[in-house]
Amino acid sequence: MTTAFSLRAAAPATAPCAGVRSTSAARVVPVSAAPAGRGRMVARAAVAAKADAPSSAVAGKSDGHEVLLFEALREALIEEMKLDPTVCVFGEDVGHYGGSYKVTKGLADMFGDLRVLDTPIAENSFTGMGVGAGMKGLRPVVEGMNMGFLLLAYNQISNNCGMLHYTSGGQFKIPVVIRGPGGVGRQLGAEHSQRLESYFQSIPGLQMVACSTPYNAKGLMKAAIRSENPVVLFEHVLLYNLKEKIPDEEYVLCLEEAEMVRPGVHVTILTYSRMRYHVMQAAKTLVNKGYDPEVIDIRSLKPFDLHTIGNSIKKTHRVLIVEECMRTGGIGASLRSAIIDNFWDYLDAPIMCLSSQDVPTPYAATLEDATVVQPAQIVAAVEQICQ
Amino acid sequence: MAGAILRRVTPTTASPRVAPLPLPLPVPLLARGVSDSTDAITVSTSVPFKSHIVDPPPREATTSARELLAFFRDMSLMRRAEIAADSLYKAKLIRGFCHLYDGQEAVAVGMEAAITRADAITTAYRDHCLYLARGGDLVAAFAELMGRRDGCSRGKGGSMHFYKRDANFFGGHGIVGAQVPLGCGIAFAQRYRKEGTVTFDLYGDGAANQGQLFEALNMAALWKLPVVLVCENNHYGMGTAEWRASKSPAYYKRGDYVPGLKVDGMDVLAVKQACKFAKEHVLESGPIILEMDTYRYHGHSMSDPGSTYRTRDEIAGIRQERDPIERVRKLILAHEFATAQELKDMEKELRKQVDAAIAKAKESPMPDPSELFTNVYVNDCGLESFGVDRKVVRTVLP
Repeated sequence: MTTAFSLRAAAPATAPCAGVRSTSAARVVPVSAAPAGRGRMVARAAVAAKADAPSSAVAGKSDGHEVLLFEALREALIEEMKLDPTVCVFGEDVGHYGGSYKVTKGLADMFGDLRVLDTPIAENSFTGMGVGAGMKGLRPVVEGMNMGFLLLAYNQISNNCGMLHYTSGGQFKIPVVIRGPGGVGRQLGAEHSQRLESYFQSIPGLQMVACSTPYNAKGLMKAAIRSENPVVLFEHVLLYNLKEKIPDEEYVLCLEEAEMVRPGVHVTILTYSRMRYHVMQAAKTLVNKGYDPEVIDIRSLKPFDLHTIGNSIKKTHRVLIVEECMRTGGIGASLRSAIIDNFWDYLDAPIMCLSSQDVPTPYAATLEDATVVQPAQIVAAVEQICQ
Repeated sequence: MAGAILRRVTPTTASPRVAPLPLPLPVPLLARGVSDSTDAITVSTSVPFKSHIVDPPPREATTSARELLAFFRDMSLMRRAEIAADSLYKAKLIRGFCHLYDGQEAVAVGMEAAITRADAITTAYRDHCLYLARGGDLVAAFAELMGRRDGCSRGKGGSMHFYKRDANFFGGHGIVGAQVPLGCGIAFAQRYRKEGTVTFDLYGDGAANQGQLFEALNMAALWKLPVVLVCENNHYGMGTAEWRASKSPAYYKRGDYVPGLKVDGMDVLAVKQACKFAKEHVLESGPIILEMDTYRYHGHSMSDPGSTYRTRDEIAGIRQERDPIERVRKLILAHEFATAQELKDMEKELRKQVDAAIAKAKESPMPDPSELFTNVYVNDCGLESFGVDRKVVRTVLP
């Protein structure tokens, strides 16, 4: 059986995932139907695009198939649950109802009610149960119907999920995936428009990733499930119906790697999740105005892929961060510090960070639009940086 | 051998369904007259069991000389260890929070007698004796308390974070009540994998008012998880008496649709009887609550004198009337399984064991500074650091 190499050429030599398993250049290796259980590999290195090629999902052997983002997540779940009998799903309405965003549609029929568990509305305790089950050898995928609801489970996520590996001196691992949609939607109101990445980022022991396309959603979901660490996978309410062609072959992405969306030379724009699309929209305008922005979807919110980011900064010398979380204590704030600490000498201009306003998300449409970063602001920011 | 106590059985990872037989007492502890008989005797528990929507088990418990002596030895060792921890704390060798279990030994020992190492136990922060009961090493326990390298959590957990994975002891948790859903999750995994084992999920009368407990109870009952929720009711949630914190201090009844049993937690045979009953029950019918009526002689922790919210008479009274070790001592003497002097000698021997363990633990060095960064992630996932920028400013400790 030939191993179909992916989709992208090798990434630069010291790819962030080098430490995991492969010391060779990053590539996607389709995992054959390996026997379920301990012997399987963890996520392999990845899919960083070649520097001068835009990221596009499919260049594989076959044509691929078109999916919506929620279907991509679903495919990932089904594949992992078939491969490994210890993978199970907990959440509200994930079973019989099929999931409030249809991510788990049909799974209960395929795998049964115990593996796709409909929980009562008790986030604190079913997250705690997920952690306990993880300690005892299962690999639960815990769904928060909306990420914001997981604030109720903050203690379990922070103290138990994040810390038990450390406080037990390495005895227990917690291979859970905590996922759910967050972000500002369409007038969902303040409490249903939360961005928890800024709250969770300081929890030691957690890894955080944000998906933004069907391709990376599937790959990151699989990687998160296979990871031995607890991973929080941030999805976005408005991105579930994005359509894209993804490979037919199996692929797994690297959790710690960023994605090159659009190579360029004038400025490095770092973004993630929904803001990627605002940035790309702004990029169209910018190109028309003669700019050549490099857009990177950072994907890995904790830890940052400073390798990819750094290479970009060394090329462009200017950075703009565009994020959806609040300005105060957000991902952008940490990213900015990290860049200053590591790449100060390469900067020709102060780092700009565009974030949402430090306000509860209002209901009114115009106000809600003003809360998040819009493409026009991005264009203006790039023009300012590139002066 | 100096460190290990209790039964000295090997962990039952190989054959989870068979309860390992306890090894015979080592020769030094077997004085001339001490009985090692395994003939069954029947002893009545101190009080009958009170129950809620279930038929209680009978008061008559079977035991043997060997078992009673093991109980005596194990509880005395725990008592000694906790008192030694008190001195270590006052000598500032143990810092932070230290919650002592003396007075409650019967719960740990009786429970262990009723189950196997394949069954799981989880508890809150009053976990030293549960760790020892699960076969934990005495030296590792003291080393952990003192934050040393040879501690059971490598010095990184502390008093509230004792774990023993190979004995299915899941700790060791600092946040009140947070371990209850965790225990239900462990039970879920046991059911999922059809192991035929159960989880004993311990919490206190203070934690009994946590919402997550009722959430977890609901789910456990809904899915018939094999979990026994054990409320170690020592009647004080730190400084607040149970009647001031709970509208209904009948914790065994608070499960509503979940059956419950009230047990005299100072009577090791009652505890054993109840735990055996509970294990069989949950494997058939889903969760049950065991309320252990127990008492702690120390305050809530070493920062609490324990006398501002209760009288010294009360504490002395319990010690006089209900002390778990004295009860077993009386039983042993009444049945002439050993003489008073032999028991005293046993206690002296245990005291020496504890002192030796402490001395050994004191020799253990502090953890290496690099340990600050290990075990944050499994295999560190190719990451050398865990700051967002993958770098840490490595502190060089003096």
